[in-house]
Amino acid sequence: MTYPVRVFFVGGLLSYRALFTWLTPWILIPTFLVAPIFQILLFAYIGRSANLQSDEFYVVGNALQYTSLPCLFAMANMLGDERWSQTLGILLSSPASRLALFLGRSLPVILNGALVGAFGFVAGSLILDVHVPASAFAPLALVILVTAVSCTGLGLVNGAIGLRVRESAVSSNILFGFLLVMCGVNVPLDELPGWMEAISSVLPLTHGIEAARELADGASLGDVSGLVATELGIGVVWAVIGCSLLRFLEVEARRRATLESS
Amino acid sequence: MRNALRIFGAGWWMNMKQLTQSPLFVFTSLIEPLIMATIAFYTAKAGGKPEALFYLAIGAGVMGIWSSTLFGSGGVISWQRWEGTLELLVASPPPLIVIVVPLTIATSSIGIYSLTATLLWGRFLFGIPFDLAHPWLFAVGLPIAVVAMGLLGLLIASTFVLYREANALSNMLEFPIALVTGLLFATSLLPGWTRPIGWLLAPTWAARVIRESALGGNPLFEIAMCVILSGVYLVLASHFLRVLEVRARAKATLALA
Repeated sequence: MTYPVRVFFVGGLLSYRALFTWLTPWILIPTFLVAPIFQILLFAYIGRSANLQSDEFYVVGNALQYTSLPCLFAMANMLGDERWSQTLGILLSSPASRLALFLGRSLPVILNGALVGAFGFVAGSLILDVHVPASAFAPLALVILVTAVSCTGLGLVNGAIGLRVRESAVSSNILFGFLLVMCGVNVPLDELPGWMEAISSVLPLTHGIEAARELADGASLGDVSGLVATELGIGVVWAVIGCSLLRFLEVEARRRATLESS
Repeated sequence: MRNALRIFGAGWWMNMKQLTQSPLFVFTSLIEPLIMATIAFYTAKAGGKPEALFYLAIGAGVMGIWSSTLFGSGGVISWQRWEGTLELLVASPPPLIVIVVPLTIATSSIGIYSLTATLLWGRFLFGIPFDLAHPWLFAVGLPIAVVAMGLLGLLIASTFVLYREANALSNMLEFPIALVTGLLFATSLLPGWTRPIGWLLAPTWAARVIRESALGGNPLFEIAMCVILSGVYLVLASHFLRVLEVRARAKATLALA
């Protein structure tokens, strides 16, 4: 196995496992499986109270929004945890390819995000009795995966912020809440002010959620291919920004000798 | 008694100062309620129910108090463990409950920021009028509601002594409790079997105390429920803390749990 490939796969997997402190994988259950169900239920009931949208609207919106939780938090925590365990300096002084290093850490996170979104969607649909045509299952799985990729792009930017600020959990929480408000998760985009709608068009999730809602309403993958491609494109742009920012802030931190102290 | 009051005062004030230094805690108590309030406001406006905005502003504020309490109480034992002070606190002469009560009440007290921030957010960004129907009942009921939520936090914290990753559990409880207590919608929409669960939880009565004193109504029954539940939580938490503390010490897992 060549070095960059090894760094990509093995390094990414080890870093992902370290997120759960090695010995306590059970914390996956409340964080990734229970919490999304209750977010879906809470907003579905708020929606019912206001007579605004169907349960399907909230199941799709919140399940897909929850894909962003691992994508945002894990990407920032991976670097934060390296600093915490005093290995960040060693990691960044190694000659390993930075692209393999950071993108390798993204791969398990993308899969995690997609699984969380898919679980939330299935569980939410079963609990709230939302019916989706069977023909939509495979395209929906694809849309959830693409949305996880796109959220991980934003997660890379968040990870880069973690090189500069110490409490990356704050930026992760802010971004998670920002996506919840801005991306049409619980309020239709045309009910939001124009400036919020404009911002939402360059954020991950927005087009993925729109595509998933159309699929759940019976559209085919071909009908939503433009939305899916836009979602993927937005994710790639955020990933490029994230990798560039990571490189820039790494150089800055080395120049200022602030890698461990920021 | 005098010593207990001194410990309460010192613990409450120290934890208030510590929590306000934490950016993550400030986020939880200030930004998160505004996010919830914004979504609730736009949902109500889009659904053609602008009259519900003040009701929702209060609900989002109480949810902020609850989030601060839950996050702070869930972490209160873990943070002492990480800082290496848990063993010292357990070994000190006062009962552990006397030490932990002010810490959890401090977390819910910080939540008053959430209520204030949410009401100001609603006032200045969404033009929601802030007129209190019963200002005196509001002034009396708010601290009672905050203490009741803090003591529910204590009950939760007392059961988390044995778990190292208590924060994951406490984070998980935020939305379920907001759901069954109807902080952002009427509980009549929920299945009937969930309502008795809500009656056992302080946020149900705390939200009603604040809503009825702000919007009009008689919150005396709700205030009494907050007081009764506070007593029940205190007794249960005291029992759990004693049992779990002994168990953790016997198994030598206090620092490692």
